[in-house]
Amino acid sequence: MRSFSYERAVDPAQAAARAAEIPDAKFIGGGTNLLDLMKLEIETPIHLIDVRDIGLTEITETEEGGLRIGAQVTNTDLSADSRVRRDYPVLTRAIAAGASGQIRNKATTAGNLLQRTRCPYFYDPAQPCNKRAPGSGCGALTEGAFSRQLGVIGTSETCIATHPSDMAVAMRALDAVVETVTPNGMTRRIAIEDLHVLPGQTPEQETALMPGELITHVVLPAPVGGQQAYHKVRDRSSYAFALVSVALIQQADGTGAVALGGVAPKPWRRAEADAELPNGSRAVMARLLEGASPTEENAFKLTLAERTLAAMLKEG
Amino acid sequence: MQFNTPAGQNLFDDAKVVGKPTTRIDGPLKVTGTAPYAYERHDVAEGQLVGYPVLATIAKGRITSMDTDTAKAMPGVLDVITAPEVGEMPSPSDMNVAPLFGGKEIAQYHQAIAVVVAETFEQARAAAAKVQTEYEVDEIGSLDLQAAWEDVMDDRSDATRVGDFEAAFESAPVTIDKTYTTPSHSHAMMEPPASIAQWDDGKLTVWTSNQMIEWAQAALAKTFELDAEDVRVDSPYIGGGFGVKLFVRSDAILAAQAARRVGQAVKVAMPRPMVMNNTAHRASTIQRIRIGATRDGQITAIAHEAISHAMEGGSGENAIGQTRQFYAGDNRLIKMHLATMALPEENAMRAPGEAAGLMALEIAMDEMAEELGMDPVAFRVMNDTQVDPEDPDKPFSERNFVECLERGADAFGWADRNTAPGATRDGDWLIGHGLAGAYRGGPAMASGARIRLTPQGQVIVETAMTDIGTGSYTILAQTAAEVLGVTAEDVEVRLGDSSYPDSAGSGGQWGAASSTAGVYAAAVAMRQAIADHLGKDVEDLSFEDASVRTTDKQIPLAGLSDTEIVAEDSIEFGDFRSEQVVSTFGAHFVEVGVNAYTGETRLRRMLAVCDAGRILNPITARSQVIGGMVMGVGAALMEDAAIDTARGFFPAHDLAGYEVPVHADIPAQEVIFLDTLDPASTPLKAKGVGELGLCGVAAAVANAVYNATGVRVRDYPVTLDRFIDRLPSA
Repeated sequence: MRSFSYERAVDPAQAAARAAEIPDAKFIGGGTNLLDLMKLEIETPIHLIDVRDIGLTEITETEEGGLRIGAQVTNTDLSADSRVRRDYPVLTRAIAAGASGQIRNKATTAGNLLQRTRCPYFYDPAQPCNKRAPGSGCGALTEGAFSRQLGVIGTSETCIATHPSDMAVAMRALDAVVETVTPNGMTRRIAIEDLHVLPGQTPEQETALMPGELITHVVLPAPVGGQQAYHKVRDRSSYAFALVSVALIQQADGTGAVALGGVAPKPWRRAEADAELPNGSRAVMARLLEGASPTEENAFKLTLAERTLAAMLKEG
Repeated sequence: MQFNTPAGQNLFDDAKVVGKPTTRIDGPLKVTGTAPYAYERHDVAEGQLVGYPVLATIAKGRITSMDTDTAKAMPGVLDVITAPEVGEMPSPSDMNVAPLFGGKEIAQYHQAIAVVVAETFEQARAAAAKVQTEYEVDEIGSLDLQAAWEDVMDDRSDATRVGDFEAAFESAPVTIDKTYTTPSHSHAMMEPPASIAQWDDGKLTVWTSNQMIEWAQAALAKTFELDAEDVRVDSPYIGGGFGVKLFVRSDAILAAQAARRVGQAVKVAMPRPMVMNNTAHRASTIQRIRIGATRDGQITAIAHEAISHAMEGGSGENAIGQTRQFYAGDNRLIKMHLATMALPEENAMRAPGEAAGLMALEIAMDEMAEELGMDPVAFRVMNDTQVDPEDPDKPFSERNFVECLERGADAFGWADRNTAPGATRDGDWLIGHGLAGAYRGGPAMASGARIRLTPQGQVIVETAMTDIGTGSYTILAQTAAEVLGVTAEDVEVRLGDSSYPDSAGSGGQWGAASSTAGVYAAAVAMRQAIADHLGKDVEDLSFEDASVRTTDKQIPLAGLSDTEIVAEDSIEFGDFRSEQVVSTFGAHFVEVGVNAYTGETRLRRMLAVCDAGRILNPITARSQVIGGMVMGVGAALMEDAAIDTARGFFPAHDLAGYEVPVHADIPAQEVIFLDTLDPASTPLKAKGVGELGLCGVAAAVANAVYNATGVRVRDYPVTLDRFIDRLPSA
């Protein structure tokens, strides 16, 4: 870990302005991911701006009947909120499926959205990784590499890392909106589908946020109702990243939304796939995973995604 | 004390302490976080500095240059010691395969190449990242075990043969011929390797985490060219070893090198992301098993041929060992191949050989039973043997495998199991039942102890035996208490220090049987010393109620002597023991649920029945067995140290990437110990259980997955990706 300086921000706009002022500054919330990466010198900020105490820890109701979640609300508090449990059960279930109780107590809403991939080649500084060291190559795409956990769609020839969040998958199914403040004090709303960007030729660029821009809230629309479920498939019962996870919102008429985790560089959802929901899991996945380019080791995720959705739709 | 003939009737047959459920002496220290593990021994040496390792980032080649100038100029840094400047050091032991430190040659990924010494951990870590190393990289060659297997699978030179396997197999009316694979496993112990080293007038002390004190002392003496008496090793608590701490690892060498250089105590812990490649692993295997039998189920031919990878000079994973002795059959063929590969060092991991070998053999036994249309219990019972199948004149000293199977079947409700694969369902879950036999040797090693009786009447046991979480402290206290007529609470046990008498150490599940025999020998010597002190014949004394009874009076141990009475002895095992096969046996039964849609497998219940002679303490023995069962679930369902064959390393770098079971994966576990004694094993008639608990478990799970789904998986771990394409539609 490199030496760094540290300050506590006063308010969101000041935090964003400070972050833009100091090159290589980073925000720190719970620190559950950032500090691990700093110890390995995968992240090497020279300055940390602590944003835990700038008034972003409340969950309030919006005029539209939805919820506005402060960026520093912990994963535990968000999943346990009675309004979330009642009206957005897919979100509660997704959060509870992630990490461990200790980590969820510390991890924040914005930090969860911005966590980095768990690709083993990203984590070993001695290995090539275009995300960590642009231009160094992709260790996971070499013949003989280990890629079982990695992405099957939305990836590129430079990077097949996945976004590891469970929470974000549920938020994607719920059409959440991210609110930010920019370094010049302006606020901005970004649909969650636009927050994470695909790797293309620049896998180091993971979000649509501009330098210094700070996530302040995540807004959930008015409750959408329906049956909501989150099924996370993994090799052990707890404390493992998803092989595949499925967030499902299904209305009485059979319509709804399907988002996937564990398969792509971002929570993965397509409107044309949602439209196939009344036609069953095979029809949905034909659209949702169309254009997939898995490796030999992770091609099973395509079958697994379809069978997981079939389980949730109780297809016989 | 010589153990040259089987034990007769003795005091352990009328035991008051040994064999009774006794809670772990060191339990309170463990659960309050006050047991002193190596890295936290702040009190043993003044002014401890911190060493942080720098590791090689290539699999094979040599260092051409190292630049430490920037690192040395970093805040708090005292020195950077590099492998090239130290030069090649003597290999610590014949059992260490990879070089631990010294010289320019790189034999494995994450080989230690430097240690940065600083005032704080953070300073050392930051500076370590600034060491720049250039390499000349060698071709690593093929890491394709399948290709290596295809090259050698028809080579049966030097095979171990009995009868004529080929002819018998050819003529057998019922046969199977199947190939299985097991992946590499990481020890994944909770406590990473860690050591504090200090030099004093040319003498070295290392406070460390090591299973084998005497070996560690000898290894450090050899490496640093010292006399063994000038090296002290101290390792009273060990946070899991599973074999990786049988031998000194680079933490000890780096700490000792650094401490010598800076003239101050230095401590080094191997950071978690470096443990996987720097230390050792269980090597992956490919195993072909052929079985031929008569129509009524008598095995007439059995062949087990396997390959595993090994570093140059390594011995791989000997997957075929148990098949030489586990089941009957007149015609036998056993052959192990090694493929030399540029992977990190493979070495012993809990039940080395049997753990991987039984993963294959016990599926094969089920496949054969199915081919014969027999119950898997009945097929195994039919092929039990009471003599070594390779040497029918050599009996098993004590073998109750059939009873393990039958007791287990009864307790588990085997008769009510699902018999048609894929036919039992509970909601979305397919329910399956499986069993496997367990076999592991029952070795014993020479082991010594010293006992002190204080004027206050306290009994102190000192031995270089170790407790790797197994319960050694407790069973040794029980043993001394039994012989000297005191309670276990009256006994203080001191372990893990090379200044104590040499012991068997902890490995190969020999520790409990050997070290209790050693303490027995010392306690018998103490009885003699007390008799001498009293001027009596020891035959006329009895020891009970913390007193010595003579023919006419009772003398409390407290106040027996104004000065400490000290006695020391060791147990040595005579050749008679090897004139028979001393082994342990078991049967594992499991129930699994396999999600009919996703193929996720979850355990629902588990039962082990163990035949391991006298159980010294049912609480700590059970703890050993259920821990082994957990490890078996890991091997069955998730553990896979996947290899990057392009670069020759294990990419999984932590306990998130290398998955072992969590609490939520483990259901109710039941353990039944058969009430058996093995007089050929030790004076206590005991054998080990620590590895038996693991042996066979993974195959029982794999057999249950087959029973649940009707899909046979022969490659471990049995993860859903291996069979989801074959899973029937839900």
